[in-house]
Amino acid sequence: MTTTVTRRPTVAVWKFASCDGCQLTILDCEDEFLSIVGAIDIAYFPEATRAERGGPYDLSIVEGSITTVHDAERIHDIRAKSKALITIGACATAGGIQALKNWADVDEFAKIVYAHPEYIRSLSTSTPISDHVTVDFELRGCPISKHQLIDVIDAFVHGRKPNTPTHTVCVECKLRGTTCVMVAHDTPCMGPITQAGCGALCPAFNRGCYGCFGPSESPNIEALREAWHEIGVDDPHLVQALRTFNAYAPEFKEASETYA
Amino acid sequence: MPDTREIAVDYLARVEGEGAMYLKLDGDQVKDLRFNIFEPPRFYEAFLRSRRFTEVPDITARICGICPVAYQTSSINAMEQAAGVTVGHEIRQLRKLLYFGEWIESHTLHVFMLHAPDFLGYPSAIEMAADYPEVVTNALRLKKLGNAIMTTVGGREIHPINVKVGGFYRAPRKSELEGFVDELEWGLEMADQTVDLVAGFEFPDFTMDYEFVALHQPDEYAIVDGRLVSNRGLDIDVTEWTDHFEEQHVEWSNALHARIKERGRYHVGPMARFTLSHDQLTPRARAAADRVGLRPGESNPFKSIIVRAVETVLACEEALEIIDGYLPPDPPSISVEPRSAEGHGASEAPRGVLYHRYRVDADGLIEEAQIVPPTSQNQAQIEEDLRQYVPGRTDLADEVLQWQLEQAIRNYDPCISCATHFLDLTVERM
Repeated sequence: MTTTVTRRPTVAVWKFASCDGCQLTILDCEDEFLSIVGAIDIAYFPEATRAERGGPYDLSIVEGSITTVHDAERIHDIRAKSKALITIGACATAGGIQALKNWADVDEFAKIVYAHPEYIRSLSTSTPISDHVTVDFELRGCPISKHQLIDVIDAFVHGRKPNTPTHTVCVECKLRGTTCVMVAHDTPCMGPITQAGCGALCPAFNRGCYGCFGPSESPNIEALREAWHEIGVDDPHLVQALRTFNAYAPEFKEASETYA
Repeated sequence: MPDTREIAVDYLARVEGEGAMYLKLDGDQVKDLRFNIFEPPRFYEAFLRSRRFTEVPDITARICGICPVAYQTSSINAMEQAAGVTVGHEIRQLRKLLYFGEWIESHTLHVFMLHAPDFLGYPSAIEMAADYPEVVTNALRLKKLGNAIMTTVGGREIHPINVKVGGFYRAPRKSELEGFVDELEWGLEMADQTVDLVAGFEFPDFTMDYEFVALHQPDEYAIVDGRLVSNRGLDIDVTEWTDHFEEQHVEWSNALHARIKERGRYHVGPMARFTLSHDQLTPRARAAADRVGLRPGESNPFKSIIVRAVETVLACEEALEIIDGYLPPDPPSISVEPRSAEGHGASEAPRGVLYHRYRVDADGLIEEAQIVPPTSQNQAQIEEDLRQYVPGRTDLADEVLQWQLEQAIRNYDPCISCATHFLDLTVERM
């Protein structure tokens, strides 16, 4: 039986390696912002406030991926003081674009960018939060959808399941009435293997989906590969398409390694 | 040892990204001062190698969720310059409209939600909203207007999907843009009132001797491109960047410090643009600046909040003018063929000039990438501001001094995610 929380739940927002865009999405809920901060008690959110309170917290919202030894320790501390923990965005749920270093020599990477690579302390990998601690819910997207975020926060406050579909972008295109860019214009599109959430944005702007929301449930990547071959797109292009913002999501990772 | 003290902010608030500050004082003397950026490195310049030249707007947008359009524009400029193509007037106007949307959103976020709470004594806009409900409600509406422009032109406000090397995937219809006219007229009034509101704040008596650097255009307030100029005689084409600027790697920061080879530190951002492009201000923006006594050469960094408000007026005026004269580019993009070349591109991010350089091979694969964000250019100047600000104010309690120093850092609206790519403030007194 669930107990009714009469006080506002305390919420903390945390950042790891990321672009800040997903936590900015909270501030981008302009119409809903004052209602949100009325429904929850922001206890820690440095991007928005210099006031901070120690845990425990009812909910932690985590953005970003784990790329340093210090961060790998910090996430365990955050988990220990959070009743629930959700991750937001491609960095937190799949390692982000910085996970491209997982296929490279990180010392070599540091030499390319920095004159004194010895000053840089970085793990050789960028990994999702769920590789390190138990995560209660993962919200996909690069960036996340504002509407899905509001639903997830509302679901948490009311003790219900979030309403986040796991079907493909193709379904969203059909719902929107957008003509298939792959069928009509031979434009390579990742819609058939990508999870919905953006509203099928790219096809509506005459371009192919590039996979911001990561793999859909049981994606048939081999079938997509054949369809791309038919419109003249070769494996090196497919591998690069899989290796972007959700490159280290298991299904995309495995496929890109198979076809590389 | 009562004269010796240390003030540390381990994680600076209301900035984008992870930064820290450490100050060690011996009486009135600053013994050590460091603005640390400990945001973990993400190695963009390394993994861009071997990616296709067409991918730069989508990939580099992910450096910063606050100013993705800046990254998209500078990277596209560099790739178009490498390919030897120039887009037409209609595409350039649409790029400006998208970018002014980002200025409205980013400046409003900073003025009201990140910086104003410092002047009014609140930890955040959330507490401020209880006492100033109308101000915060209007700020959210203005911010939403900026985001709405980005969504219509770019597809979405964070990491827009509609921009490409050569132009746009789809040109919005004129009727879609005309839908913004009434709200932009409202926004223009609101931004104008904001100039008076923030000009009425109390400002510390503090000025600096800055070398301002910004892009410049003879006939408009430069945003999407221009020549790089300074108030100390720099006047160069963007392709000459590496001849005049260099980047240094210091031990306490994961962001490289940029400097002018001949003279060292410099200042980029709204104050630099305002001084260097004062003649190019739009009429309402110039009138607003004149009304509150803001003159070119203004060098009190705390007044940057007024300049952001003036630039928000300008952005609304520019957006209205662009929409009025809008003709959808047809086709929405020009074709761009790769060639073996080096390309340089710059544009004015809300926080200052953002420079990109790429070397591309004949197949369009990237061989080398260099990205110099505004916050890494401002780092050395931010440290110098803090160093100059402390003497004479050491009788302040640690807590007061710490808050003022945090505010001095926020004058630059630092985007630390960009610059590394953490703010944490420590003051130590000896």
